[in-house]
Amino acid sequence: MSIFEYAPAPESRDVVDLKPSYGLFVGGEFVDGSGPSFKTVNPATEETLAEVATASSDDVDRAVQAARKAFDAWSGLPGGERAKYLFRIARIIQERARELAVLESLDNGKPIREARDVDVPLVAAHFFYYAGWADKLSYAGFGPDPRPLGVAGQVIPWNFPLLMLAWKIAPALACGNTVVLKPAETTPLTALLFAEICLQAELPPGVVNIVTGAGETGAAVVAHPDVAKVAFTGSTDVGRTIARTIAGSGKKLTLELGGKAANIVFEDAALDQAVEGIVNGIFFNQGHVCCAGSRLLVQESIQDELLTMLKRRLATLRLGDPLDKNTDIGAINSAEQLARIRRLSESGEAEGAERWSPACELPERGYWFPPTLFTGVAQSHRIAREEIFGPVLSVLTFRTPAEAVEKANNTPYGLSAGIWTEKGSRILWMADKLRAGVVWANTFNRFDPASPFGGYKESGYGREGGLRGLEAYLDV
Amino acid sequence: MTTSLADVASSGATLRAFLHGLPGVDRVGADQRAAMLGSRSIKTTAKARAIDLAISMVDLTTLEGADTPGKVRALCAKALHPGEGAPRVAAVCVYPDLVPVAAQALAGSGVKVASVATAFPSGRSSLEVKVSETKLAVAAGADEIDMVIDRGAFLAGDHLKVYEEIQAVKAACGEAHLKVILETGELATYDNVRRASWLAMLAGGDFIKTSTGKVSPAATLPVTLIMLEAVRDFRDATGRQVGVKPAGGIRTTKDAIKNLVLVNETAGDDWLSPDWFRLGASSLLNDLLMQRQKLATGRYAGPDYFTLD
Repeated sequence: MSIFEYAPAPESRDVVDLKPSYGLFVGGEFVDGSGPSFKTVNPATEETLAEVATASSDDVDRAVQAARKAFDAWSGLPGGERAKYLFRIARIIQERARELAVLESLDNGKPIREARDVDVPLVAAHFFYYAGWADKLSYAGFGPDPRPLGVAGQVIPWNFPLLMLAWKIAPALACGNTVVLKPAETTPLTALLFAEICLQAELPPGVVNIVTGAGETGAAVVAHPDVAKVAFTGSTDVGRTIARTIAGSGKKLTLELGGKAANIVFEDAALDQAVEGIVNGIFFNQGHVCCAGSRLLVQESIQDELLTMLKRRLATLRLGDPLDKNTDIGAINSAEQLARIRRLSESGEAEGAERWSPACELPERGYWFPPTLFTGVAQSHRIAREEIFGPVLSVLTFRTPAEAVEKANNTPYGLSAGIWTEKGSRILWMADKLRAGVVWANTFNRFDPASPFGGYKESGYGREGGLRGLEAYLDV
Repeated sequence: MTTSLADVASSGATLRAFLHGLPGVDRVGADQRAAMLGSRSIKTTAKARAIDLAISMVDLTTLEGADTPGKVRALCAKALHPGEGAPRVAAVCVYPDLVPVAAQALAGSGVKVASVATAFPSGRSSLEVKVSETKLAVAAGADEIDMVIDRGAFLAGDHLKVYEEIQAVKAACGEAHLKVILETGELATYDNVRRASWLAMLAGGDFIKTSTGKVSPAATLPVTLIMLEAVRDFRDATGRQVGVKPAGGIRTTKDAIKNLVLVNETAGDDWLSPDWFRLGASSLLNDLLMQRQKLATGRYAGPDYFTLD
């Protein structure tokens, strides 16, 4: 036992008022769904949190009609009036930050520290940011009076439930669109709490509609003929299906899909900070991050030193109760995801890479996976090519900057990359050559609403965030 | 010490090459890491343990022109009896001329007498003066010497001068422990903090200390973090363990606990003792005692229930 053990410091659950069951949010009201309801569980304990309604295609149709009905009035409001609603939503999010953070942690399994310090502040920032654009669209470079598209159908993933909702809803509303959003099946609760916030903000009925359910509900949203714009964040497979479904329909589409980002550490890097960046790159949110730095490319000359430092650091990571304020690594979101992480990790061993995890006790109940790194990984290994979406880091080496670029780009994905060097000119040279939508220099997994986010190749197309994020929601 | 490191101070050029060959420190990243560790939530039993540990690590300090024997005796009394059940502090830190007073008051108690020396706080004097001041303080009974480095020489790139001064003062210390004050507020960059830390350790310092307390900013969390990384890496490279002492600006129990979290998650268990980590402070002690009592009784007592010394 260490000299200075931290006592448990759990955040209180009392701030969250969990209902036994939740309906859909359509036309400004909570209504029953006609499909069979499903359970959403706390992945840290497998405890059922609530029953949630499934929206059938008829329910989706009602939601789209409600959004259509609301569209004329909403898009007809002066931008400054729409901004007022968005600012109000942003402020309510700040006021209810603790409640949102606790619920996000409960439903998703992420550490409360991250939900509290990263997710929820970014959610509020996104609404503030796009609220600011609502009355300035004429000056955004899309002509004197850019028009909204209509009803946006939005399908979001389970890794950042509330943040992905903000990325989708804030720009859509700022531009004058109305939305039908489907949260992920395993993490619907914060979206439904957001629906309450819309009511609290007195947002006109039908501007935001939330339909819950599994893949079929999402497919119904995407395929609905009155949906003018589809925005999807999730796996590349589902993204492909969506692209096929709506091909030729004239719907506008943005896809934010998978990634297998290279985090490239040069021998002249600030090593202590690089270690932090590697940890933050792959173990933030249990590695459930599409832009996670899942491939560490380390210059061969410092490989041993860096790995020693990294292993020492991993030994200090605190895995456990996500609601404990000192937890660094929470639970894997679902049994299904855990099985995928295990499967891919086993393939890493089978293909000859060396597996290492720090001594780390996993809780008995719930879905858990220890922070893991693989050394001796080759480009040809599955763990170097496929997205694991878990706390698993593949370590590869390179000799020269050109080789680093070649290896970093040698992937079907292209969402993000990281560069660690104290040499400014090399950062610029690398950033120019890396085919990734986001390139971080001497940091990783930093987000800002003003900065566009999106991918190359199989990581999708279109950008979210910043000025570029407006384009997806305007008829331009 | 490994041969490679024994040779680094053979000339100004080799010393400079070594110090500038250390990995850089990225300011944004270091600040972020320190801020994250500062957000650890230390409650109940962990807090009680941390408070007692922090009290035992305090270098209770008075370094004023107006210090008198009476003032120093009062401080020593407080050091010996901080409060009911509370551990004694690690040391009392005074100017050299008051060392005899402190030595007498603390004799046989185990609480160390620390003295600043070497033309504290500016360090602007000749080596001869610095060495004699050190010798006088040790002769008067100081167990520990807190010296300041020549920041002017460091910033002018004359690392060898700084190195040789530290070596000379270390020699003058004899049995006394040497704490080397880097005055990080004047070094300005984190790269400089890392280089000065290594310089002080290479030259033989037993402790590296952030600040005199006379310059702002003093002991910030990122600076302490970088120094803890330096002692950790130095021990890995040489096998010799060096202590760390943040000083200046640590006023509350919260500040002290944040420092202990840094130690815990950077250098580790081996540094979590008064032998290897100190907190240079004056007003901190009463806040620690107040929080200690609050934890034990559930209530805060007013400030007049804690002695001002």
